[in-house]
Amino acid sequence: MKYLDEFRSPAVVKGLLRRIRELDCSARIMEVCGTHTTAISKFGLRSVLAPQVELISGPGCPVCVTSDADIDRVIAVARMPDVIIATFGDMMKVPGSEGSLADASAEGARVEVVYSPLEALEIAKNDGDKRVVFLGVGFETTAPAVASTLLQAADEGLDNFYLLSFHKLVPPALRALSLLPDFEIDGFILPGHVSTIIGSDAYAFLAEEFGIPCVITGFEPADILQAIYLLLRMRQEGPSVRVEYSRAVRPEGNLKALSVMERVFDRVPATWRGLFEIPDSGLSLKEEHSSHDAGAWEVELPGPVADKGCRCGEVLCGKIKPAECPLFAKKCTPEDPVGPCMVSSEGTCASYYLYERPEDEIA
Amino acid sequence: MCLAVPAEVVEILESDIALVEAGGARKRISLSLVDGAKVGDYVLVHAGFAIEIVDEEEARKTMELFEELARLNEVP
Amino acid sequence: MPDKPISIAHGGGGTRMRELLVQTIFPILGEELLLDAEDAAVLAMPGEKLAFTTDSFVVKPLFFPGGDIGKLAVCGTVNDLAMRGAVPLFITLGLILEEGLPFGVLEDVVTSVSTWARNAGVKVVAGDTKVVERGMADGMYINTSGIGIIEKGREVSIKGASPNDVLIVNGYVGEHGIAVLSEREGFSFEAELKSDCAPLGGFVQSMLSVGRVHSLRDPTRGGLAAALNEMAYSSGCAFEVVEGDVLVREEVRAVCEMLGMDPLYVANEGRLLAAVPEEDAEKVLGAMREDPLGKGAAVIGRAKEGRKGEVSLLTPLGTRRLIRMPSGEQLPRIC
Repeated sequence: MKYLDEFRSPAVVKGLLRRIRELDCSARIMEVCGTHTTAISKFGLRSVLAPQVELISGPGCPVCVTSDADIDRVIAVARMPDVIIATFGDMMKVPGSEGSLADASAEGARVEVVYSPLEALEIAKNDGDKRVVFLGVGFETTAPAVASTLLQAADEGLDNFYLLSFHKLVPPALRALSLLPDFEIDGFILPGHVSTIIGSDAYAFLAEEFGIPCVITGFEPADILQAIYLLLRMRQEGPSVRVEYSRAVRPEGNLKALSVMERVFDRVPATWRGLFEIPDSGLSLKEEHSSHDAGAWEVELPGPVADKGCRCGEVLCGKIKPAECPLFAKKCTPEDPVGPCMVSSEGTCASYYLYERPEDEIA
Repeated sequence: MCLAVPAEVVEILESDIALVEAGGARKRISLSLVDGAKVGDYVLVHAGFAIEIVDEEEARKTMELFEELARLNEVP
Repeated sequence: MPDKPISIAHGGGGTRMRELLVQTIFPILGEELLLDAEDAAVLAMPGEKLAFTTDSFVVKPLFFPGGDIGKLAVCGTVNDLAMRGAVPLFITLGLILEEGLPFGVLEDVVTSVSTWARNAGVKVVAGDTKVVERGMADGMYINTSGIGIIEKGREVSIKGASPNDVLIVNGYVGEHGIAVLSEREGFSFEAELKSDCAPLGGFVQSMLSVGRVHSLRDPTRGGLAAALNEMAYSSGCAFEVVEGDVLVREEVRAVCEMLGMDPLYVANEGRLLAAVPEEDAEKVLGAMREDPLGKGAAVIGRAKEGRKGEVSLLTPLGTRRLIRMPSGEQLPRIC
């Protein structure tokens, strides 16, 4: 596959690894994005770079940072009699206080897994007497696609198409993370495709205000290793925001996609698991689109549940590694997840469980 | 959060829909988030949408840099 | 008894399904022959050993590139018998039809059953037909049971792999699952991508006639990953797989990349995983490659001493990671 295989070349990867080793310095680096976490685990990079480079996983998994209350809202809507939920696969098994979407489906709720929000439009067309609610989960990579779909629904007069938006924005979360009292990191590996949309300028504050070196990179092993090399160099050269993924990221981002997003969404405060409420970090449908907003519906939510002992919040901020959560791989597994980090295929705990040998993680 | 795959635009169909191909697999996707995609361009495909046109010049530069490194690595 | 109802994951071929069998169904049935969860049961009869198995088929859509539910129903059961080293002889055909199913569809499916039964050398000797109300059975469900005979010295078990055995797969993986999924997800292909669905009875016998095969498993639901994990665990070995040696077609890879799936976890219906003692590997590979069903036969790894049931993967980059048992159904993801 073009523009993919070249960046997985073993010869290139070996050369990049060697160059990293030759730099006689070490670092503690956070990869923010869930897709990066999975790629790093799947390509075996985390273990091969240790102990020189310690890669800590961050909160960039949109499914994982969806709060318990939000998940409960999803389940409540799913249970409404004339509703069909259309969702990305990642959301199916996330546990709320009273079960997951998969459980709701087993109990009779109609839940359809889709690859694209456009498929949800098709479902709305075919099932005219049902209310089709698309679950908007994802960061800036996904929000424009969902926004475009909503505009299309409005255009085509599809009154039975609704959106339940849990979309979140990455830069505000990075600010909140950097403000955490004991947050110590030598650099950020920043998400490639979020940056395709928002551009590299959006992260300037990380280097300027917080002095944290940043590299925006793609998802192939060569991209990731090059980013790590550049971050190590910045320990000497000083912090800045560099773009390794120049084939897909411009300083200003994708202006058309951004404007589609702006036409549909307002920025609102949002609750992030592990990071609490962050101002201007969530997306909510604008007033003029309220007829398509399932977020405004009255639903009965279950009361707060007893603490299950889940430490996803700390894992998401890089405070602890998955193996340091007492539930990891024992009470909490992909089959029986307690928290979303183990459920989402890109959750930190799931990635470590699926790909990495347990004792490699117990430092 | 960011699964997007580079695919070649094979045919532009009706308004804002294109047929793209990667590795011999073809799929219809929306072009509503990009401007000026032409047949032969490579686009990044995410959730059924093109989210950017791949800058092939930049891709080439990056690949050259990496290939150079791979060559250097062969020197023991 | 669990308080949650049956979920899709219980049918996924992964850990959830295994739990259902081991914690609920097997204990109630109380039959020792079930406990090893082999592909077919081997029954000692006076003078003979029989293999006996059953399978149900609920594929949607009924017709897909490379096959249909009828072909699947024959091959699935024939292959389960073949995995025990049996020569498949007889199958039954149980049909559950949805009210409103067009007659032509039924005829096409039964024709397919007939064609493939003949191809596999089995006779359809008993059956049953039921019709259920509109809205049930997705058009049609099929159950087939099968009997085969095991010649002396040819019994194969999932427990049989030993350290230093060579692990072999007879071709490209992931084709069936992707062919079926593509019908649903709107993918089309430049070249024809078809299900690999095929009967392996004769193929396995040709392997057994040139060398020893310690263990066999067909990587259906849950893919090659499930088969590797099940064989490693049952045999008490660790397995090491070389990623670059597992054959995956470009189109399968491309669809998996786009949907965020892993070809190792995608279903196959004409493939087998074999553990062959090192000394016999070359002969067995040779026999496999002479057969059209084994053209792509390749060594993908080895069994070793090590953590029981651990399957590790050596990536083309020279790095290492695990292949775990799938938990439920693989869902396309974007995230």
